[in-house]
Amino acid sequence: MSKHATAPQDETATDTNPDSETDAESTTEATPTQVTNGATAVVRSLENAGVTHAFGVQGGAIMPVYDALWDSSIRHITMAHEQGASHAADAYGVVKGVPGICLATSGPGATNLVTGIADAAMDSDAMLALTGQVPSGMVGSDAFQETDTTGVTAPVTKHNYFASDATTVGKTVGEAFALAEAGRPGPTLVDLPKDVTFGETDDDPGPPKAPARSSPSPDADPDAVIAAAEVISRAERPVCLFGGGVIKANASEQARAFAREYNVPVVTTMPGIGSFPEDDELCLSWAGMHGTGYANMAITHTDCLIAVGTRFDDRLTGGIETFAPEAEVVHIDIDPAEISKNIHADYPLIGDAATVLEQLYDAIDDDPETDAWVEQCTTWKEEYPMDYTTPEDEPVKPEFIVEAFDEATDDDTIVTTGVGQHQMWAAQYWTYTKPRTWVSSHGLGTMGYGLPAAIGARFAADDDQSVICFDGDGSFLMTLQELSVAVRENLDITVAVLNNEYIGMVRQWQDAFFEGRHMASEYNWMPEFDKLAEAFGAKGWRVDEYDEVAAAIEEALAYDGPSVIDFHIDPGANVYPMVASGGANGKFALSEDQL
Amino acid sequence: MSSDEDPTSQRGLQGKPPEQRPHPTGRRNKQGIRIDPEAEAEPRVRKAVVSALVDNEPGVLSRVSGLFSRRQFNIESLTVGPTTVEGNARITLVVEETDPGIDQVKKQLAKLKPVMSVGELENNAVRAELVLLKVHGDEPDKVHAITQMYDGQTLDAGPRTITVQITGDESKIDDAVDAFRQFGIIEIARTGQTALARGDTPTTPGEEPAPEGTIAEEPSQPSANVQYSDD
Ligand SMILES: Cc1ncc(C[n+]2csc(CCOP(=O)(O)OP(=O)(O)O)c2C)c(N)n1
Repeated sequence: MSKHATAPQDETATDTNPDSETDAESTTEATPTQVTNGATAVVRSLENAGVTHAFGVQGGAIMPVYDALWDSSIRHITMAHEQGASHAADAYGVVKGVPGICLATSGPGATNLVTGIADAAMDSDAMLALTGQVPSGMVGSDAFQETDTTGVTAPVTKHNYFASDATTVGKTVGEAFALAEAGRPGPTLVDLPKDVTFGETDDDPGPPKAPARSSPSPDADPDAVIAAAEVISRAERPVCLFGGGVIKANASEQARAFAREYNVPVVTTMPGIGSFPEDDELCLSWAGMHGTGYANMAITHTDCLIAVGTRFDDRLTGGIETFAPEAEVVHIDIDPAEISKNIHADYPLIGDAATVLEQLYDAIDDDPETDAWVEQCTTWKEEYPMDYTTPEDEPVKPEFIVEAFDEATDDDTIVTTGVGQHQMWAAQYWTYTKPRTWVSSHGLGTMGYGLPAAIGARFAADDDQSVICFDGDGSFLMTLQELSVAVRENLDITVAVLNNEYIGMVRQWQDAFFEGRHMASEYNWMPEFDKLAEAFGAKGWRVDEYDEVAAAIEEALAYDGPSVIDFHIDPGANVYPMVASGGANGKFALSEDQL
Repeated sequence: MSSDEDPTSQRGLQGKPPEQRPHPTGRRNKQGIRIDPEAEAEPRVRKAVVSALVDNEPGVLSRVSGLFSRRQFNIESLTVGPTTVEGNARITLVVEETDPGIDQVKKQLAKLKPVMSVGELENNAVRAELVLLKVHGDEPDKVHAITQMYDGQTLDAGPRTITVQITGDESKIDDAVDAFRQFGIIEIARTGQTALARGDTPTTPGEEPAPEGTIAEEPSQPSANVQYSDD
């Protein structure tokens, strides 16, 4: 007997089949789990929270919970590795705007989740991890597969819980779910000792309820709003800096209306990609280490930075001393601790991004005079264009592949990435226009994020949305076992490996800062990813020449199932512009000799 | 994305090299505050007493201490104990940080789920610390005299060692420790400072007064907290 199992290529029961009933439908019809013990209370609590998907790997201590899932409407996707489960849950949550759910057993299962939990914490992604634990009576005895999971994950969760009682465990799971998305989102975890999940109870845990003090007021202080409105009115060179918080708060619409109403140029952070359409004339794309020259010029010369939902990460700011050094900073954030943590906020506005942008909108009486400044920003766009060359006699340039994919797909397409040069090219040369279409590992920079993220994104996306993973050869090698899941579930995703046979980003830094000593960054040998894909049961292509690019992309996109294109790109290609670590954004280098 | 003049020609990245671009003259200090570079002063570190009212749930102390270590907050002492409200505890922390650092300490503490409220104590707050000192017992009379001088108590006296207890604010304790050095201090244990706001002011904002009957009678003399002057 096997639940939800579908043979590869079985067209009758896969998510990607438009004829199959959607998960939403099956949920509303499904009868809720009957609570008989702690485990069923856990599952019932997830159902009460509207959970439809969960990603995980079985194991001894979590078995009671898995057994309870047998009768549940929740669709469980068995991943190859718990790290994959945590990234899939993270990306699912990013695309869908709800907490993603991942499960693992105690000990190694739980520790394998940690990378994904830490990733979610850094990027403020709502996620709930459920981990099995040895029975309470054995905790502390170094029992088989015992790890202090709440201890290990305390620094990388918003909060974690050690469930102590079958009668309350359902409520605890509900609270953890609600806390994950309350205020500034983030990961939470509930550790579930086996005696608790086995323990008898028939209490319906009820709907998820966030703990006291976890849901801050959405409005900013009205006096502070008025003060900020005045400084914006007076500004001559204002810039909107939209961070990931704009997307998490579903404030893209307000952000767009605000920037357009006051004719303010827009720069985003990397997690903020998609909050504002990159094809809009006001958009300068993203700033920071590998941001556009024009975004970095604008952010360097602005006199009023309207920053929304950003934590001023060092990859964005470069050296603090030279970051927006002439700007009065208006900082909107839901988390008071982000105010003046890295960059001093002259006008702190604590609240929900959408609400506060509306408050500001209402409070601004005089529009700032920005015509000359907008013109200056446009000039910078012309002066520092994002451009690359494609000499026919050289290997294919990665930028060309990213642009070719962008042209071949529509605006709703979701892009996931690994970490490295390919991630930067995917961010630089794809034109993002919609929120929740850029899914990447920013704060933690986790190689291996891309494929499991594409799997999670696939389950969250609409059927007509394409999902593309731009991966590096190194990043792909870290989690490519998840291809087995994509094949088993017949997921329509395309992995584009930008294969330079290098740990490319490291090689680039070695060339720039370590006299070209390629210590541990050259692979010398790489598996043939197209054949590897075929061995998994996916479809594979290899591309070496420009004239093969378009056809491979077309075939891969047309293929209804997982596909991998192994693009052998120019191994010497580098990511520029670049602001050296701790350097001034305005001094971005256009090539290595300018570093 | 190609240049405007000729959209078909590719030129690669273009533009003025870094040294030919305009650069603003403004600057921020390490705290991200815009400053006049001419008048930049080293950020001043100060000692602050921060009080946190918390849910006394398992692991709360490790969450607080973990926060301090992972954010590299400079902490001098941490004390914890239950309050008169069932399930609550008060944590008192002495931290040494710059003003923005102290601000971060308070905000990060407030983000921990079991933390109910956080306050920084004013300079005039009531503070106390307890120290146990074990010294050589060769000169019992002199030890006794010094113990009296510091309003302390002798807790244990034997032929070889004498252990005394002194309470008071930090400077009194420091002085007492100095005074006892002459006997040879064998062991010492200090609790770290604990503190409450003076008078009606709540120690952490929004703190509920303790339920009726749990508050001790007002002391008849304001000198219940002796102001000790260090000499
Ligand atoms: C899990 C993990 N290990 C190590 C690193 C350090 N690192 C950053 S980029 C990079 C190279 C990535 O190589 P690849 O995935 O092939 O991408 P490329 O830069 O070549 O596009 C490495 C090793 C990391 N970010 N994540």
